[in-house]
Amino acid sequence: MTRPAPGPSRNLPQYGALAAVLLANWLLFPDFFSIRLQDGRLFGSLIDVLNRGAPVALLAIGMTMVIATRGVDLSVGAVMAISGAVAATLTQAGWGLAPVLAASLGAGLLCGLWNGLLVAVLRIQPIIATLILMVAGRGIAQLVTEGQIVTFTSPGLAFIGSGSFLTVPMPVVITAVLLGVTALLVRMTALGLMIEAVGVNQLSSAGAGVNTPVVLVAVYVWCGLCAAVAGLVVAADIRGADANNAGLWLELDAILAVVVGGTSLLGGRFGLLRSVVGALILQAMNTGILLSGFKPEFNLIVKAGVLMVVLLLQSPTLTLFLPRPASPRPIRPPAKPESPSPSAGA
Amino acid sequence: MSRTWLISAAAAAALLIGLGGAQAADKKLVVGFSQIGSESGWRAAETKTAKAEAEKRGIDLKISDAQQKQENQIKAVRSFVAQGVDAIFIAPVVATGWDSVLKEAKEAKIPVVLLDRQIETRDPGLYMTAVTSDTVLEGRVAGEWLAKQTGGTCNVVELQGTVGSSPAINRKKGFDEVVAKNSGMKIVRTQSGDFTRAKGKEVMESFIKAENGGKGICAVYAHNDDMAVGAIQAIKEAGLKPGKDILVVSIDGVPDIFKAMAEGEANATVELTPNMAGPAFDALVAFKKDGKAPPKWIQTESALFTPDTAKAEYERRKDAY
Repeated sequence: MTRPAPGPSRNLPQYGALAAVLLANWLLFPDFFSIRLQDGRLFGSLIDVLNRGAPVALLAIGMTMVIATRGVDLSVGAVMAISGAVAATLTQAGWGLAPVLAASLGAGLLCGLWNGLLVAVLRIQPIIATLILMVAGRGIAQLVTEGQIVTFTSPGLAFIGSGSFLTVPMPVVITAVLLGVTALLVRMTALGLMIEAVGVNQLSSAGAGVNTPVVLVAVYVWCGLCAAVAGLVVAADIRGADANNAGLWLELDAILAVVVGGTSLLGGRFGLLRSVVGALILQAMNTGILLSGFKPEFNLIVKAGVLMVVLLLQSPTLTLFLPRPASPRPIRPPAKPESPSPSAGA
Repeated sequence: MSRTWLISAAAAAALLIGLGGAQAADKKLVVGFSQIGSESGWRAAETKTAKAEAEKRGIDLKISDAQQKQENQIKAVRSFVAQGVDAIFIAPVVATGWDSVLKEAKEAKIPVVLLDRQIETRDPGLYMTAVTSDTVLEGRVAGEWLAKQTGGTCNVVELQGTVGSSPAINRKKGFDEVVAKNSGMKIVRTQSGDFTRAKGKEVMESFIKAENGGKGICAVYAHNDDMAVGAIQAIKEAGLKPGKDILVVSIDGVPDIFKAMAEGEANATVELTPNMAGPAFDALVAFKKDGKAPPKWIQTESALFTPDTAKAEYERRKDAY
């Protein structure tokens, strides 16, 4: 199997889509790119896109690797609710910041471990295995908070959500750090290759000496950790844990971000940065809709329309009709080997 | 075989005697309450208040938690009918599909009271009365307060509830009525914040940017308190003072908004009282005493609360929720 050299051309649809959405936002709202300092923190719509996109971007980082193994993790939204609930409840009970963070991230790791064991050891299909925790997890979070919104005033914990480091909002910093650490882990070691191998063909990668159960458990554990971090960010942002709503349906946004980022649900090759860009595309649309003054009834329709365009740009069948940069990667021998129609380039 | 028979017969007899004895002794009313679940702080408070109100009146209240499922509610009502309770309260999870089970209750001559939500039925005789708030009125009360406070001139941004939900539609309708009457009042932005803090905050952040850094906004009207709490944080992070630079008015009356009002960060809330069971008990007791049927709709009060009583109200509520 020959792999094309990773070049900018492969990322074009994602970066192009992000640029297009940002441009559309700018046309709708001329001040979109204006940024100022407010209380030592960057303040502006573009910052909102990064800041509000952080939770889904965090989820997408973990989800990318799970999807690269040909799996999916539906439980991330519920895990967010659990980690937020644990953090808020323990903070209210008077725990210090360090043990609260440890307990909350630990809860995420445990959830990931549970998913990983179900998938890797008991060999339950990922969509079903993680559905269990998706349903049960929210119940667990509600048990932890006793059905209330548990609020806290601890400045340390709130800092994670609304503080800033060198004027950059903390959620953005945390996402960047987690992205960097994850990229180092998978690209500087053989782990990334193993994940892709498991996703392409689990049996043959096991035959080639990859310890597939360990790889699988590892990606689900990491995904659980990412979800726990996202849950902390969301809870810290509103200074409270809302077990009923925190992370609700965000698993779908995370999967969407990964797919928009160009990672196939069939596993194999993955792009972490592209998934984060996918999450930012989604958030840029949300923020754009909020700024535009459309009626809320149109929110979902506008979103669906833009998404369809982005996904169509990635469709192998459709890209045959678009002028492509010279690529050594034929998707499939075209039925009629004619040159792409010139009119499609407009 | 015969032995099992004997035991069950004895148990049944004991039960009958026991029931009869209890009835003869103090005629304690027994009410079955099919509650939706405990999906929100308000719902939990409604259950808690119902228990307290029952205790106050010496009524034996049996609560069944339906966990958001109508089939569980139907099962609960059937079991209440089988137990022969004196009345059944239902907080219906959905509006339709109640006719057959309510007919069973009617045939057993057990009055049914709906709490908090109405149902759709062709035969309104299937239930005795419904105790609910008037959600249109809630929006109107909030709007009237704001109109009075600002002298009828105000650029409002609105945080709507979940698109298509009945409280969101009605709370918007009531507020819009007041806006229509005041030519100086205008809703400059309106978006859905899904009734949650996180979305309320996110939407408010965008509103502030879209309206010249918040300078163009005189007040925010949120369809529930949680969104208002989120909006307050967004206003603060934009360097403005909630409650002063931008007025905050919302609906529900949960403890956290009273805390915000006590701190001067919110200006008014319209209470959706969690005490739905109290008026229902009163209607029931009157009905049992002289057989006079209550009106078909008992409307709970939509009271407005402002910062001057906020501290006391917070203390009073924090344990009920």
